[in-house]
Amino acid sequence: MALQDKYKELIDAAKTSGTNNLQVNEQDGVLHIDGEAPTGAVKDQLWDIYGKIDPNFLTGDVVLNINVATAVEGAKLKVITESSNLNIRKGPGTDQPIVGKAAHNDTVTLISKSNDQWWLIRTSSGAEGYAYAQYLKPIE
Amino acid sequence: MTMKLKQLTTAFLAAGLMFMISCKGKPKDSDVQAAVTTALQTTPGVSADVKEGVVTLSGTVSSQADKDAAESAAKLSQGVTSVVNNISVTPPAPAPAPDTTAASMTAPADVALKTSVDAIVKDFSGIKADVKDGVVIITGESKADRWKRLKIALDALKPKKVDASGLTITK
Repeated sequence: MALQDKYKELIDAAKTSGTNNLQVNEQDGVLHIDGEAPTGAVKDQLWDIYGKIDPNFLTGDVVLNINVATAVEGAKLKVITESSNLNIRKGPGTDQPIVGKAAHNDTVTLISKSNDQWWLIRTSSGAEGYAYAQYLKPIE
Repeated sequence: MTMKLKQLTTAFLAAGLMFMISCKGKPKDSDVQAAVTTALQTTPGVSADVKEGVVTLSGTVSSQADKDAAESAAKLSQGVTSVVNNISVTPPAPAPAPDTTAASMTAPADVALKTSVDAIVKDFSGIKADVKDGVVIITGESKADRWKRLKIALDALKPKKVDASGLTITK
């Protein structure tokens, strides 16, 4: 329970901000927080609170997995890679052949979610394929 | 003398005839193999080897009942004289807890996790990642904002833990 006390502000913020399917579990000394934030801004806010309680996330006692509810089919997504282009692949997996690329900061359209990690998208030039979800952020 | 030769010839003929009958009555191993293989279709994971009518069963099943069933099925097949049952019984792993919470907490196998982690970390120069028992171990150095982005991406893979004690945050 100590961890839930330490991260009380984070858990409370998740609850009050309308995060759906919120799950808070403590396992092997790590607090797992899962949920679906209503917007990308709420997700950012939760991460800011987490960073305030545990500066630079170095303690390693939280795994914060927050999806964004606005990432629905047809949504516009921004490519948030480090700086490089985002690979568009034939299938969901890094072993799949690359069929196209989306530029850094480019806008793409979400077609469907294969799973949490791989989303089927369409680029502005019309190329379709799977891209890594972590590099895609819903535009609100 | 003539009588003796006649007797001998009769004996030879009889022996020959019996040999022919026994040959005809003894199916080929390949036929037996086919029959046994068909019979074993109901118990996957079991294979059979036939030698002179003797069937040797091998493979792995999940229960003693399956092992016995395979043996019975093989014995009933045509042309089988005896069955050597070398099947090993390995009970299946306990079913995952029906609780969805626990299921979602189960970290993916290290190999799959490592692949996903590598795909993310390759874009973050100066940072190395390893996976052990579902824990992602981060080493190297990074600026705070880059590390935050990496941590968000890693947490989405639902690891047991992201251990960044070996990471240095640079200004």
